[in-house]
Amino acid sequence: MYELIVIGGGPAGLAAACEAWDAGLRRILIVERDKTLGGILNQCIHNGFGLTYFKEELTGPEYAHRFTQLLAKTGVEVRTDTMVLRITPDRRVHMTGPSCGYRIEEASSVILAMGCRERTRGAIGVPGARPAGVFTAGAAQRYVNVEGWMPGKRVVILGSGDIGLIMARRMTLEGAKVLACVEVMPYSGGLTRNIVQCLEDYKIPLYLSHTVTDVLGRDRVEKVIVSRVDENRRPIPGTEMEFACDTLLLSVGLIPENELTAAAGIRMDPRTKGAAVYENMETSLPGVFACGNVAHVHDLVDYVTRESQRAGAAAARFVLNGPAAGEEIPVENGPGVSYTVPQRVRPENVDKSLGIFFRVNRIFGRSRICVEAEGREVCGFDRERMAPGEMESVTVPKKLLAGVKGGLTVSVREVEK
Amino acid sequence: MYDVLIIGCGVVGAATAMELSRYKLSVAVAERENDVAVGTTKANSAILHAGYDPKPGTVMARLNVRGSQLAAEYCQKLDVPYRRCGSMVLAFSERDMETLGVLLDRGNRNGVPGLRILTGDEARQMEPELADTVLGALWAPTAAIVSPWELCLALAETAVKNGAELKLCTAVTGLERAEDHWRIHTNRGILEARYVVNAAGVDSDTVHDMAAPHDFDIRPSRGEYYLLDKAEGGRVNTVVFQCPSEKGKGVLVSPTVHGNLIVGPNAEASPKHDESTTAGGLDFVRETAKLSVPGVNFGQSIRNFAGVRANAGLDDFIIRIAAPGFLDLAGICSPGLTSAPAIGEYAAELLQGDGLRLEKKEHFEFHRRRIRFKELDEESRRELVSRDPAYGRVICRCETVTEGEILACFHTPIPPVSVDGVKRRTNAGMGRCQGGFCAPRVVELLSRELNVPAGEIVKDRAGMKILFEETKEVRGDV
Ligand SMILES: Cc1cc2nc3c(=O)[nH]c(=O)nc-3n(C[C@H](O)[C@H](O)[C@H](O)COP(=O)(O)OP(=O)(O)OC[C@H]3O[C@@H](n4cnc5c(N)ncnc54)[C@H](O)[C@@H]3O)c2cc1C
Ligand SMILES: Cc1cc2nc3c(=O)[nH]c(=O)nc-3n(C[C@H](O)[C@H](O)[C@H](O)COP(=O)(O)OP(=O)(O)OC[C@H]3O[C@@H](n4cnc5c(N)ncnc54)[C@H](O)[C@@H]3O)c2cc1C
Repeated sequence: MYELIVIGGGPAGLAAACEAWDAGLRRILIVERDKTLGGILNQCIHNGFGLTYFKEELTGPEYAHRFTQLLAKTGVEVRTDTMVLRITPDRRVHMTGPSCGYRIEEASSVILAMGCRERTRGAIGVPGARPAGVFTAGAAQRYVNVEGWMPGKRVVILGSGDIGLIMARRMTLEGAKVLACVEVMPYSGGLTRNIVQCLEDYKIPLYLSHTVTDVLGRDRVEKVIVSRVDENRRPIPGTEMEFACDTLLLSVGLIPENELTAAAGIRMDPRTKGAAVYENMETSLPGVFACGNVAHVHDLVDYVTRESQRAGAAAARFVLNGPAAGEEIPVENGPGVSYTVPQRVRPENVDKSLGIFFRVNRIFGRSRICVEAEGREVCGFDRERMAPGEMESVTVPKKLLAGVKGGLTVSVREVEK
Repeated sequence: MYDVLIIGCGVVGAATAMELSRYKLSVAVAERENDVAVGTTKANSAILHAGYDPKPGTVMARLNVRGSQLAAEYCQKLDVPYRRCGSMVLAFSERDMETLGVLLDRGNRNGVPGLRILTGDEARQMEPELADTVLGALWAPTAAIVSPWELCLALAETAVKNGAELKLCTAVTGLERAEDHWRIHTNRGILEARYVVNAAGVDSDTVHDMAAPHDFDIRPSRGEYYLLDKAEGGRVNTVVFQCPSEKGKGVLVSPTVHGNLIVGPNAEASPKHDESTTAGGLDFVRETAKLSVPGVNFGQSIRNFAGVRANAGLDDFIIRIAAPGFLDLAGICSPGLTSAPAIGEYAAELLQGDGLRLEKKEHFEFHRRRIRFKELDEESRRELVSRDPAYGRVICRCETVTEGEILACFHTPIPPVSVDGVKRRTNAGMGRCQGGFCAPRVVELLSRELNVPAGEIVKDRAGMKILFEETKEVRGDV
């Protein structure tokens, strides 16, 4: 019997386990299906991790190393090369691995930290032939950075998500020619710094409001056809451009990996595609928490760490002090907002302040973020610019939550210069 | 010198090879590609049709009904995923209702058991997701779903186990009649056989023309599909067809034996080997399917694919001795998958009629089992992993396929040589992430088991290389 089982040993799982240890739990198990801890960070050998959390620029593996070092100082048990197949509502965790065999472990609390997977060609319906040479950007990243093999020489990238942008630079540095990055939306889905450092610096054109409308080639990709799209994202006939290439990389979004979560009957949020969570990252199943990319897709690992520490502390509190109490209110999406995390709040259970992560649903210039209750502003925040590709966060002091009934609404509106 | 050489190892060639391997004969199968089941057999609706579509009195009608019975038996003996879920043909108008009457009558004359016309409400009671506009349906309880490539693989493996020789990467380029046998020209030299069987799918016209006067053309017609995530797999429980037209059996919505939902196909003239999908074709499939089952959530699509029908523009298959010692199994369009086991039987009969001696072997090995970790209960899983730890390591997370299962398929009679070959044998890579996560690991396993560098590993057919060269860092010229 464990006090806490953490599923997934990426940055989310590591931070959550360390925090739970610091908060007093002693029987903690991390289950990780890969052979090493660190999660997706292991294949992200570029710089740019930790700027907020450590105030320095680290590579993915370096960032992960900071936490595996911290973990080594605790007594947290780790089982790598072991995959969790099922969790039951009474927190029994079914797992399998070559060394531990097929086992079922019981836990007083569980933290879900399984990360996410990439959307595929099938999910977005790119028509055309099905030759070799179509990869998700993350799979290509693994081939290059972990396996040491180049999956292509002349490359077109569909989607301007961060992984695609990072791979544009990586493939270029490895001697490939990246011909174009094609994005169906009128704005990029990636971080501005990645647009500059990975495309502009290498003179790789970014085609906004364009998409891939055909893939040609029998054995290997030989050509892709790119067309401009209208406001409804439908290709405009007559705008076709042809790119002779051998590889198409897809960077068209990440999907939280929640099959275990849904199968356990935990309430999901169709907007985040993660579990709907409370202020402390607890799911609808008491004692089960979710954090990191499995809860909602993050662009920066620093936020993953912070959020996961919250989940780790909350799991410890659940085990040591019992279930969280108090009335609950929803957090609603007002105009301009596409999702919030948490989705529900128990004001009594908020520590000093309530952190709300959210994304905007279009590009905003100078604007104000309003957190409202019953039509009245509880607090507001000003921003110079916001984009759907960059997660936003605001912090509401606990004292402002006193007496709030009926729920909070987060909305965004542009303000005049 | 072989007694019989079969050209093509799709489901038809494989069924024929298996049937002939029951007898004291030397049998070979020449397949152009590096694996079996890579033609139309891997890309179709995967339905074992009940048999009300073909015109009564045709060979097709007889083989369809017989094939659907045999397939049930073969799938059970050879451990091929199979489920008899029944099918419905929907009617949306009075004219469609008349068509159902015609189909019912044909089915009865073809000897299809259990056919019944349902009212719209009865149909909706069985399939609550059907559209309100459905007026009635033809219910066929013997229709089933199957894993088409695993059926083909199981038949081919059984043939090989019983002595047939499978020659992969062997393309037949010409046939030359010698005194009492055929000289078969291939890309790998000349083979000789007393009988040749043409099971070349969409290329069956080309192969026919190598041996006999030209008298038919394959007019390929492509069908495009959506495959949806398991989250949609329960949208319907039976195969839901619309009324057939000149173009084909129409767009269907059906569960698959793997738990997904399949939606398609359309029918458009296409080049022979062009398995592309098109935006227009997929739009048509979506729109048409929604008429039957409005609630299908195409947001859950995990894959599009297309298959090419070997249409000859006739109401029947082209099955005949076309030249001395030369048997056509040509124009095998739908319901070719269903009919294949019966086509194999019939092929043996026709060859016998042409002078081939059929003498049963004393022993015919008709058994196949493979471990499917995902389907085991807890106790069996525990036992399996403690016996062989490789079964404890999950390689494909979406389909829960273990390393043990992948390693095991290298020790079957027809081991895989490609990533898709592993997928057809184990389901690894078939799930919602479409191999995004496991493909690099499968490449690694293939490279190790086949003892070739990762750069040589192909996605499917020879030539479909995945990787180019090692990175600068690995090559050491940074
Ligand atoms: C390709 C890529 C590039 C990125 N680049 C940057 C960047 O430049 N800067 C930045 O700050 N952030 C970047 N990020 C974001 C950041 O890396 C992620 O937000 C962060 O890694 C998410 O952490 P996680 O622990 O939630 O998920 P992951 O790192 O994905 O970890 C999840 C772990 O759970 C394991 N797991 C899943 N299911 C199971 C199971 N059933 N049983 C056992 N184990 C399981 C997985 O093997 C994995 O190790 C990038 C992300 C990606 C994908
Ligand atoms: C869209 C679609 C949907 C269908 N749905 C169904 C269904 O639901 N139920 C059903 O019963 N049937 C269905 N069918 C029909 C069924 O798939 C086919 O009838 C069946 O797969 C044909 O098998 P085959 O062995 O004849 O052809 P194939 O599987 O195409 O095999 C032919 C083989 O011959 C090889 N070959 C060709 N030329 C040469 C050469 N010169 N030398 C060596 N090898 C050669 C090819 O490489 C290939 O492997 C469907 C077909 C399509 C296209």
